[in-house]
Amino acid sequence: MSGAADLVIETTGLTKRLGGRSVLNGIDLAVPRGSVFGFLGPNGSGKTTTIRILLGLASATSGDVRVLGESIPRALQQVLPRVGALVEGPGFYPFLSGTANLLRLDAADRYVSPSTRRQRVDTALERVGLSQAAGKKVGRYSLGMKQRLGIANALLTHRDLIVLDEPTNGLDPQGTREVRHLVRSLTEEGTTVFVSSHLLTEVEQICSHAAVLSAGSLVAQGSLEELRRAGEPRLRVVTPDLPQTHTVLRRLGTTPDDDGASPGAHIITAPLPDGVTPDRIVRELVEAGVRVNGFSVDQAGLEDLFVALTGEGFDVVQ
Amino acid sequence: MSSKTLSSSTASRKSVGWRFLGSELSVLFRRRRTWALLAALAAIPVLIAVAVKLSSGPPRGRGPAFLDQVSQNGLFVAVVATIVAIPLFLPLTVGVVAGDTVAGEASTGTLRYLLMSPVARGRLLAVKYAGAVVFCLAATFTVGSVGTLMGALLFPVGPVTTLSGTTIDVTESLVRIALVCLYVTLSLLGLCAVGLFMSTLTDVPVGAMAATVVASVVSQVVGQLPQLEWIHPWLLTHYWLGFADLLRDPVVWDSFAANAVLQAGYIVVFGALAYGRFSTKDVLA
Repeated sequence: MSGAADLVIETTGLTKRLGGRSVLNGIDLAVPRGSVFGFLGPNGSGKTTTIRILLGLASATSGDVRVLGESIPRALQQVLPRVGALVEGPGFYPFLSGTANLLRLDAADRYVSPSTRRQRVDTALERVGLSQAAGKKVGRYSLGMKQRLGIANALLTHRDLIVLDEPTNGLDPQGTREVRHLVRSLTEEGTTVFVSSHLLTEVEQICSHAAVLSAGSLVAQGSLEELRRAGEPRLRVVTPDLPQTHTVLRRLGTTPDDDGASPGAHIITAPLPDGVTPDRIVRELVEAGVRVNGFSVDQAGLEDLFVALTGEGFDVVQ
Repeated sequence: MSSKTLSSSTASRKSVGWRFLGSELSVLFRRRRTWALLAALAAIPVLIAVAVKLSSGPPRGRGPAFLDQVSQNGLFVAVVATIVAIPLFLPLTVGVVAGDTVAGEASTGTLRYLLMSPVARGRLLAVKYAGAVVFCLAATFTVGSVGTLMGALLFPVGPVTTLSGTTIDVTESLVRIALVCLYVTLSLLGLCAVGLFMSTLTDVPVGAMAATVVASVVSQVVGQLPQLEWIHPWLLTHYWLGFADLLRDPVVWDSFAANAVLQAGYIVVFGALAYGRFSTKDVLA
């Protein structure tokens, strides 16, 4: 269904080695036009390295990269004017005001009209809620304000693709929500948004598609629906009769997890066994004399999938 | 909405890009540091003029060339200050600006945003180099003009005797002072290229600045060693103090031309090294 023309970002076998160590091992990214694409992975998994290569800041050791249909880095100068980006935190001159910083970056772009420069800068600042602080020196901005200014820079002119690397870093809950609104309004304008994050909830809330990176390899990719489907469904029984329930579930071919105990009732969860419908499970339980106070079948959350794919804990995967 | 209409709004026509140079200069001269460097340079002629004014009698035979002439003709303040500034002060300030060109942008994180604006890497280097050259001009003319001003304020100003023994009027003398400033600017162009190259090697601006200043100091030290005479004509600093020809009548342009060729060589070599390094560098900062 999605031909190459519909892909805004397409990499094939993208590999990056740094000092003999492999940072990216053959990434095949496919970002459809018009999507909000979440690029997930724990710290150190290679998200920023991938983004740097997409934007021509770093070179790939091997592999093919296409952004907006053009080959990177060959067509970089033609592609970049159509791409707005916030990469690895904002970068601004502390001795210039927010407005002056944006004017400077806009002046470096040879493809935009200088006559609308001032107006575009003001609009971008207003969009991220920085109009009030526009004249203040960036050195006196808070982390969150710098982050907003970084996003404003990505919005200086109409873009076909916006890349936001950890956009909510340093933002308060209010700012995080504003970023979500912003991303939504960008999509309505027809811009594809590529968001990298180590925060799953963030991606789950705003993205239509996602890819999961772990230790330099892409372990999952697709629409959010597809990814959710990839996780196995789980059943959940609330009952005071613990041993009988276990017996029945084992007979049906599934292994119950440890219980979440609660007074007077047990909550038992287990993977939904293959080829057994939920109604049959309930019937079997009731026929075995189990008092079923509650029963549900849940799709695995993306979080379970994320943890399953990337491992749990704080260790940076090497 | 089709992708065609979206992409046509940008990436259609490309301007020449002088605005980026303008923006670079405006950033350079909106920094307090730039003005502090120029103020430090301006302090040299001020100190010289005040010291000569306060001291009793001309200090014949000691101190930098032409110092003994200052009290008779204020125009010499500019020349003396320039001679004093050449070995250390000018290379120091130029080293700070040239060493900061790329490394400074890397350290503030602005380098990646400039490159994504987009600015092609070669163009970025060219604009950064041009900015450093403009600073050299500002630096030498600061010393020259403040020197002339201080001289005119504190001492009599009149026709100047050239090294050839003839006398030139005040206007002609001012032209000669401007020529000296241009000559010194030319002398610093090679050092700017060295600084630009150093700046592509690191993300720590102070390191690039120090390396650039050290390069000029080493070059001058080597220039003092007679054992290494064979290397002297190739030294960055070989013609640094060779502007005496500009104070003859008529002006002798030989050293100006030789200096230009030497500096051009440094610009080509270090410019190429800087481009070679920077065009393939992964910008990780």
